[in-house]
Amino acid sequence: MHVIDRRQNPNAKSLGNRQRFVRRVKSHIRKAVKEAIRHRKVADLEGSEKISINANDVSEPNFNFESGVGNRNYVLPGNRGYQRGDRIRKPSGGAGGSGASGSPDGDGEDMFVFLLTREEFMDMFFDDLELPNLAKRKLKSMTTTSRVRAGYSVDGAPQRLNLRETMRHSLSRRIALRRPKTSELDALLAELEQAKEQDDEEEIKRLTELVAVTQRRMKRVSYLDTVDLRYNRFETRSKPTTQAVMFCLMDTSASMTEDLKDLAKRFYMLLHLFLTRYYQAVEIVFIRHTYTATEVDEHTFFYGRETGGTVVSSALIEMERIVKERYPVEDWNIYAAQASDGHNFDHDMPQTMSLLEKSILPMCQYYAYIEVGDEPLTSDSVLWKNYESLVARISHFQRAKVSEPADIYPVFHKLFSSDKRQQSQTAAG
Amino acid sequence: MTGTNLIYRGSEWDFESLHRAHEAIEEIALGELGLDVYPNQIEVITSEQMLDAYAAIGMPLMYHHWSFGKHFAREELLYRKGARALAYELVINSNPCVSYVMEENTMTMQALVIAHAAFGHNHFFKNNHLFRQWTRADRVLDDLAYAKHYISDCEQRYGLQAVESILDAAHALMGYGVSRYAPKRAATTKDRIAKAESRRQHEQSTYNDLWRTLPNKGKTAATGNEELDNGVANSLSLPEENVLAFLANHAPKLKDWQREILHIVRRMAQYFYPQRQTKMMNEGCATYVHYQIMNRLYDAGRIEEGSMLEFLHMHSAVVTQPRFDDRRFSGMNPYAIGFAMMRDIARICEDPSDEDRQWFPEFAGNGQAMATLRDAWSEYRDESFILQFLSPRLIRDMHLFAVGDESGLPYLAVEAIHDESGYREVRQRLAEQYDMLKHEPEIEVTEADLTGNRRLVLTHRVRGGRLLSKNDCNRTLCHIANLWGYRVRLVEVDSQTGKTLNDYDVVAMP
Repeated sequence: MHVIDRRQNPNAKSLGNRQRFVRRVKSHIRKAVKEAIRHRKVADLEGSEKISINANDVSEPNFNFESGVGNRNYVLPGNRGYQRGDRIRKPSGGAGGSGASGSPDGDGEDMFVFLLTREEFMDMFFDDLELPNLAKRKLKSMTTTSRVRAGYSVDGAPQRLNLRETMRHSLSRRIALRRPKTSELDALLAELEQAKEQDDEEEIKRLTELVAVTQRRMKRVSYLDTVDLRYNRFETRSKPTTQAVMFCLMDTSASMTEDLKDLAKRFYMLLHLFLTRYYQAVEIVFIRHTYTATEVDEHTFFYGRETGGTVVSSALIEMERIVKERYPVEDWNIYAAQASDGHNFDHDMPQTMSLLEKSILPMCQYYAYIEVGDEPLTSDSVLWKNYESLVARISHFQRAKVSEPADIYPVFHKLFSSDKRQQSQTAAG
Repeated sequence: MTGTNLIYRGSEWDFESLHRAHEAIEEIALGELGLDVYPNQIEVITSEQMLDAYAAIGMPLMYHHWSFGKHFAREELLYRKGARALAYELVINSNPCVSYVMEENTMTMQALVIAHAAFGHNHFFKNNHLFRQWTRADRVLDDLAYAKHYISDCEQRYGLQAVESILDAAHALMGYGVSRYAPKRAATTKDRIAKAESRRQHEQSTYNDLWRTLPNKGKTAATGNEELDNGVANSLSLPEENVLAFLANHAPKLKDWQREILHIVRRMAQYFYPQRQTKMMNEGCATYVHYQIMNRLYDAGRIEEGSMLEFLHMHSAVVTQPRFDDRRFSGMNPYAIGFAMMRDIARICEDPSDEDRQWFPEFAGNGQAMATLRDAWSEYRDESFILQFLSPRLIRDMHLFAVGDESGLPYLAVEAIHDESGYREVRQRLAEQYDMLKHEPEIEVTEADLTGNRRLVLTHRVRGGRLLSKNDCNRTLCHIANLWGYRVRLVEVDSQTGKTLNDYDVVAMP
């Protein structure tokens, strides 16, 4: 008998099956994922998701009998006094009942519940979304190069010598060639010394010869041969420039109630999740503003509290300053998403508009404005009204209204879907 | 009890105690019970690996298919929710016989699994005539490895989608992939691989596109057409119950690799065929064997009282048969009735009543319980076993009764109970219940036109008014049509009157 411990075997043996299954039901899962987000906080997204799929969509057909049709005989255990000829009422009046009574062999499945991993969930969640106009027109053909390790080579500059590899080869070569150890030579020399002391002619002669042979062999097998040398090798690989920075602008003035701020924050969380997931190179700058604007870190942005008046232009000026300082327009793809309840001081409006039109929009690849509001049907806000003209003229300026959490994902999807980008591109071309 | 003789103490297991337990159990199984088994290989796995094995219909090596992913997801969810416990064991009909034990099991469970699977099932696999006839234990693992390799190769070559649709179709027909006559002993897997490869190479090297334009000889000879058709029908040897094999061999449009995949699935269906026919006996045999062994181990002072209690607790949970009106009732429990029948046979051998002598004159009171059982295990399948060995006493003990369920009537009619006039009827009915032929739609390929409109016709012989479920039937037929490549018809014909009850017609997707 053999006992074999298989516990160390790779566990994910069914991974291939799982992937095939996920691929198969992708459209259903996608629908379910979108449904799930409606009832969930964005912060809860980072966890595995239970997804229900209609069992019909994943059933495997085969030939079987229609249940409840035709005549059947069967033997049952546990008779409590029925006599031949007795009648037993069927459970729920007549054939083809609700199915709740359950068929003898079926599992009675209506919904198939499936647990997605976080990765799979996010994949589905952000499927077919993309950061619009990622490559800068001017930089489209430009690439940067980077050096990456690419194994070892047998020649190269001395400073690239890889000692570990070199010594490994040297050692294996010396083992193969049976290099006599120094200790062996030392032992021989000691014996020779002894023999000399004892004046044993023959022994001296024999040992001298042996020493000579050993020394000759040691010389032949060099400690380090040129064939042992190994150098680190590098390759330069070119990669397209995808340097991008995303500006998140949020109004935190008094008119933005906690609920509205919460809406805006949810939108940004989604955006943040999306960006950090898809673009390693994307930097994100958080700016919040009241009558003055400040750049804050991620945590303060999402969780900090602040109130005051509203001067939208302050945020734009801050963004402009940061771009000038850290993100030269020639080298960076710049994106901006502004969230606000639409309020602005009237006297600030002209400056806001001119800033946007003259400086901000020209340097942006894409500018999205999200208006959060309780009642979407009241007359248009100051910003919404004024931005009207921009939408018509500038294709990379988009705006959308969000009035409840359930709107966030569709709006987000609308702003960033890759389809829309393609459409606008074809329209432009 | 001295305690020095114990195989293990407490509930923790280690590899040493596994070995000791196997040794002690082997002694009893071979020496006292006279079992004859394949060499054992016991593999320790984790619960996740057990789920894996479940999902791949109990096979250690399996090709990839989405349905296994689906099963895994379901099993995993049920397991995590605690709605379902994992089986303690899984055993594969192979030589050596592979039994899986889970690391979470207690030592008593491991001993139980070794007794149950590594000796009970193992003996059954090696000796039952169906298994001997239908499966080649020494080749199973090779076959599976070949299937896995071949299918992943096809996925590489022809794309996941193409392979998946063939497998979907093949799985839908798995119930109709069995030839009920003993199979010919085919060449070994290695030979088959070599053969398939050489065939492929030959085709590749001799392929000449020009040949396509040659006129078809058969069509020009219009006069001999009818004879030709007859000849074709004969060569197809219709009717054919093995739909999968028929399609694999004759579907006009299939590529060679697609045929091979159908054959792979067909062979698998064939492999499971004996298991489905002997479920009750097999479990009964294994349960009886583990019960005997554990009791003898305890009597010999080789396991503690606590372990014995743990064992009895598990054992009785396994062999519980809820009454038909119990909420937990879900049909006859094969463990319960199997175990009860084995004990009953042993009782009849050792201590028969007059009634038993009258019913079972061949072995009542022969004093050879184990020999009688071994004989039964090797020579019968569920249906014939019940027909031969179910005793009036057991029918009374289990309060078995037969009912008729006619659709349209609001009640079940009690047709026979456990009394003098009912024993034979109940026994006959229960045996029928285990006869797979009577519980699956009887569908055959009855017509195949290879030269004209190329229509394929299947016939379902309807018994007792039991018609096919429409939705599933249509979906399955679509699979068949896609394999066949042309229109497929299925006729439901009443087996008594010959009247056509239903007619399905499905066209292949372009």
